Amino acid sequence: MRKEPALDGPRLDALSKVTGSERYSADFYPEKFLWAGAKRAMVPHARLLALHTEAAEALPGVFRVLTFRDVAGSNRFGIPIDHQPVLVDAVVRYAGDPVALVLAESKEILSAALDLITVDYEAMPCIFEAEEALKDGAPKVHEDNDKGNLMRAVSVCKGDPDTAFGACDAVAEGVFETSRQEHAYLETEAGWAKVDDRGVLTVVASTQSPYRDKREIARALGIGEEKVRVIAPYLGGAFGGKDGITVECLLGVAALCSGGRPVKMWWDRRESFLAGVKRLPSRMYFRLGAKRDGTFHALSCKLYFDAGAYAGLAGEIMTMAVEHAGSAYRIPNVRIEGYCVYTNNPVGGPFRGFGVPQVTAGMEQAVDMVAEKLSMDPLELRSRNAVQQGDRNCLDIELTHSTGLLECIGELMEHPLWKDRQAWKASAPKWKRRGCGIGCMSHAMGYPAAIPDQANAKLELKKDGTFRLYSGISDMGQGNTSTYVRIAAAILDQDAAAIELLQPDTSHDLPSGSSSASRTTYIFGNAVIDAAVVLKEAILRCAARSSGYDDIDAVELVPGRVRVKESGRSILLSDIAGLIDDDDRSQKGYFRAPHDESTLAIMYLGTHVLFSYGAHLARIEVDILTGKIDVVDYVAVTDAGKVLNRCAYDQQVQGSIAQGIGYALMEDYLVSEGRQETGDLATYIVPTSVDLPDMVSIAVEPEEKTGPFGMKGIGEVVISGCLPAVANAFHDACGVRITRSPLTRERVLSALAGRGDGR
Amino acid sequence: MKRNISFILNGSEISIETDPALRAVDVLRQDLGLTGTKEGCGEGECGACSVLVDDTVKLSCLMTAAQLEGKKIVTIEGIARGQGLHPVQQSFIEYGAVQCGFCTPGMVIAAVAFLAANRAPTREEIRDAISGNTCRCTGYQKIVDAVEDAAQKMREGDSDG
Repeated sequence: MRKEPALDGPRLDALSKVTGSERYSADFYPEKFLWAGAKRAMVPHARLLALHTEAAEALPGVFRVLTFRDVAGSNRFGIPIDHQPVLVDAVVRYAGDPVALVLAESKEILSAALDLITVDYEAMPCIFEAEEALKDGAPKVHEDNDKGNLMRAVSVCKGDPDTAFGACDAVAEGVFETSRQEHAYLETEAGWAKVDDRGVLTVVASTQSPYRDKREIARALGIGEEKVRVIAPYLGGAFGGKDGITVECLLGVAALCSGGRPVKMWWDRRESFLAGVKRLPSRMYFRLGAKRDGTFHALSCKLYFDAGAYAGLAGEIMTMAVEHAGSAYRIPNVRIEGYCVYTNNPVGGPFRGFGVPQVTAGMEQAVDMVAEKLSMDPLELRSRNAVQQGDRNCLDIELTHSTGLLECIGELMEHPLWKDRQAWKASAPKWKRRGCGIGCMSHAMGYPAAIPDQANAKLELKKDGTFRLYSGISDMGQGNTSTYVRIAAAILDQDAAAIELLQPDTSHDLPSGSSSASRTTYIFGNAVIDAAVVLKEAILRCAARSSGYDDIDAVELVPGRVRVKESGRSILLSDIAGLIDDDDRSQKGYFRAPHDESTLAIMYLGTHVLFSYGAHLARIEVDILTGKIDVVDYVAVTDAGKVLNRCAYDQQVQGSIAQGIGYALMEDYLVSEGRQETGDLATYIVPTSVDLPDMVSIAVEPEEKTGPFGMKGIGEVVISGCLPAVANAFHDACGVRITRSPLTRERVLSALAGRGDGR
Repeated sequence: MKRNISFILNGSEISIETDPALRAVDVLRQDLGLTGTKEGCGEGECGACSVLVDDTVKLSCLMTAAQLEGKKIVTIEGIARGQGLHPVQQSFIEYGAVQCGFCTPGMVIAAVAFLAANRAPTREEIRDAISGNTCRCTGYQKIVDAVEDAAQKMREGDSDG
């Protein structure tokens, strides 16, 4: 497919964002609206005995206090398991569960009213640790779960791993623990809703998944899907944390009980931290064996993921972790077992990487441990085992699509920051140690085989001769919708400014899945191409006919016009728009991603077939007096297919590294007995501008033939390399390994003092 | 309870009737409709609510409405110069410093105030200057690039003028 220069250029949403005119879900204050807010349980596990709402209801300015009795439907949301209560009706399972909903005239009255609500609870025994939760006699989070606290177990086996380890010359074993990472998007969960005269509930929300939300709202609230409309303006960040219900159902309940007034909800930072989903913490047992020449021969892993109180997408995240536990290496003998477990902790959910950052941290450290045992260069070892196109990966999936891991590793081998590492390490200042670490990774694109991964786009020639593009997938800040416009502009040979973009609105009826899974530009871009090609043909056909030609090649599109090649005469698109059938003026496009249903036999949901790859180098400096780690240099080499827009591409690379370094060094959402200890940005620390280096991003660009203009997903692959690269760099610097992340100062000092890593 | 509060907002004198105990960020956003000023934490940690108060960066989530009295307030909506963008805004667009954009207004405000005091900053000085503004999308590199470029544009503007 042709590569069009028109795909480059600044993001089209940047202007309205730098001037402050872009309106996010949090920015709407509709006329006569009521503030809605939830009373949170603040206890980790308890039976709800009584709710005392009278004092709150008596407060002037309180419109209503709602409880589960006001929810007409199932009062449950969650896909695939719909068991999370909109408003708790019987049992609280974590501190963030909502027990009541207040509607008030002002934010200040809302806050006062929430404080006036009291609740009688009967405390229930709690469980906060995933492996403990699987033991006989552990308190059960869901009484009706016949598997105890096990939500989902997935295992895959290939070859004969039990005997294969005996044939290995080097075997590395490690237990790795990763933290509960908080998304900390700048725009906390927000939205507004209203019910119109026809009884249609419209919810405007900061959401990655408007079409799925619509179904969940309808079911939970007991109204027909045709009575629900969800609109998703630009999001102020999401990273997975808004892939599923946040404010939507509560807003729906509120709007259905507000006497026709609009309702607005905007969680403050503490509520966002308390009730928002988190990256699942993990404990992972890795064992990796290799032959003397460095060939990987056997891998066994046991993964325990703490899902928290409700299923959400945690089981699918753990399943993705199982699929990626062996990273992108050829390994003939493999056993991977994953367990996703309920606890009374905060709910785990999607976060950029979707289970892959955890297992990559484990695997890539195990790879370095094998390299050390074999006295091999860690990049050389990776290079010997890296999958190439046509290989079978460690789950025995044949890699028929573009596979650029080896090229990534090759770029790193030749990079000066790698080649001069010994001299750089040797020149460390006093009281500092320097180290270089490697992390390689792969990341599947889109949904696994069992879930149809498809998109529906719509493109329209307006009567005035400009275009309108309907997006079906939210833009959470990654700029995918800007790329959709540029793709349409490139195919229609128009200026991007001539294409108006509409953000997702379920009334457009373009279900295209969620803004997630590194899929947005790939899947919807292909659907846009499909729509644009058909629309272009319709326009050219109409123009050719009206100019007396049968052949559409007699005419061509130019900005604002169709030009007759022979005469040079041109027709305004606004004139064409008047001539063309209304049906032809608007075209839909569709795309379904490649998938392999035979993989359903391998594991739950089946596997993916399409992957992006990367190889990272981190150079760090460890202050042995304070324990502080500085990431001094960072190089990310990535195969995400062809780069369509270098700036947007590097935005994803750099942003992922920032979150990845945060994950490696500082980010750990702490809970004690189910209660949050890092409830704000003063205690949950994310990287600031002085915590990060300038980063080097290198793209290797094998063409992905199924991708729009040859691209693959770039949104997630990069984050998974950071923690292992930093952890391996620490080992390189100090000769000890910290297997529990993040690598905080305390853990560094403890490790340097020979006291282990604070496990 | 309500009181009259007068101040200069984005170059125009205004007078509003409001509860002086309300937070300035709420008055700007809800009462005055200037939703370009964002709120990310409500406790002075993230910088998203930054505004200029008498040319100094202040966090409007930590200010009361009463503290607006008599001040010269500039929000993101007042940063553009007439019909054109401020060089910082222009550079943010050109250098890809904007992703989700929710930190952007506060970041632009911080950069504008910083460049007014330092016409030729180093990258380290820029990193220090914006370290009170959290961005969760970009990793800051392109923001630093943009501020560096804006400084250059502003110096060139000076010599032109």
